Amino acid sequence: MPELTPSQTVGPYFAMRLPWPQGPFVVPEGTPGAVTIVGRLYDGAGEVIPDGLIETWQAGPDGRFAHPDDPRGPAPGGYHGFRGFGRCPTAPDGSYRIVTLKPGPLPAPDGSIEAPHLDVSVFARGLLDRVVTRMYFPDEQAANAADPVLCSIREPARRATLIAVPEPEGELRFDIRLQGEDETVFFDV
Amino acid sequence: MTTDVAASITGRRRPALPSYERPSGVHPPLDFAGYRSTERRHPRGPLMLLPHRLTEVTGPLLGEELITPADADLTTQHAGEPVGQRIIVTGRVLDSDGRPVPDTLIEIWQANAAGRYRHAREHHPAPLDPNFDGIGRCITDSAGRYRFVTIAPGSYPWGNHHNAWRPAHIHFSVFGHAFTQRLVTQMYFPGDPLLPLDPIFNSVPDEKARQRLIAGFDIELTQPEWALGYRWDIVLRGRGATVFQ
Repeated sequence: MPELTPSQTVGPYFAMRLPWPQGPFVVPEGTPGAVTIVGRLYDGAGEVIPDGLIETWQAGPDGRFAHPDDPRGPAPGGYHGFRGFGRCPTAPDGSYRIVTLKPGPLPAPDGSIEAPHLDVSVFARGLLDRVVTRMYFPDEQAANAADPVLCSIREPARRATLIAVPEPEGELRFDIRLQGEDETVFFDV
Repeated sequence: MTTDVAASITGRRRPALPSYERPSGVHPPLDFAGYRSTERRHPRGPLMLLPHRLTEVTGPLLGEELITPADADLTTQHAGEPVGQRIIVTGRVLDSDGRPVPDTLIEIWQANAAGRYRHAREHHPAPLDPNFDGIGRCITDSAGRYRFVTIAPGSYPWGNHHNAWRPAHIHFSVFGHAFTQRLVTQMYFPGDPLLPLDPIFNSVPDEKARQRLIAGFDIELTQPEWALGYRWDIVLRGRGATVFQ
């Protein structure tokens, strides 16, 4: 059997290739019901990371994936222009922005329900492999309390690093801290 | 609502979700002292185990709308020919069960023959080539094959330590078919004297795994009077046994 190819860092120059204009728009801007996720990427000294790349992957509002391994199959009709995937490089101030639809809850094979979430990958110079985290929604308290992944994190303060914060303008803020006191929870995926 | 969602997947037709191999000892550690930029950028907390459920076993299936056939030939993206040694880089994307990974997007970027990237934050005093952007894309065919035509990249200094030079390499970004399979890596060239000195290459702990980052020169692939051929397969995590719940 062939053996796995190891990961290497994305390095400082990925912006030559990886960002594309529609990347941050999981749905086109202005789509009814769209939510905007904003945040900044920080290092262990609390400084912003201006050369990172954020990628998101998520279900549609009905909790389904247009993918052959979702045993329920795609939603009839689907959601116009919804790609499920977002990609945004961080700006000089460490910020990123993703426009998407809020995903639905997801059934797990053991009968539990996963609260609405996005899987988030972070790539950067200085990261020899991507790191993976999850973003959950602040208006889903009951669902979050029953979510098997959130429940696997014992300390409330650590769990809180995965839940976005509502902004006055209606956006959701999801800051990502690679290292330090308020370090985001990352996953072995 | 909640009950309906559960019933949709735990009803009479018991669904089977694949579960992907968890690599052990293949990928570099996130904290690697030889590569200075890891110091403030690696998580110190333990990585929490994320079971493979729907979000992890699915993934973006990005398709043809992103690319044109011209994206796979980095030597014909401008009016003139780029300077440097023309090369063909080809291979297959497979999973660790030996299955080809068809219809998956590959994105590449690299320095030009002089070791200069076309990027605003690049200050290495080597010339840009007006005929070379150093970026490519393609989608694997039904057998998982990909093929790029490009220019052999040069080495460049990177300031990590005294007299630090990166070995020649091409950056690869591959999606596979599931979130778990996503891979960003670098392809190196055989016989490069900088390889033993490079902290990024040597961050891969296992010698055999490290060697898998190096393409093979292939005289059969080499085209007479035109271009050298290199072959490099990319292996993503396999699905292993399907778990029935």
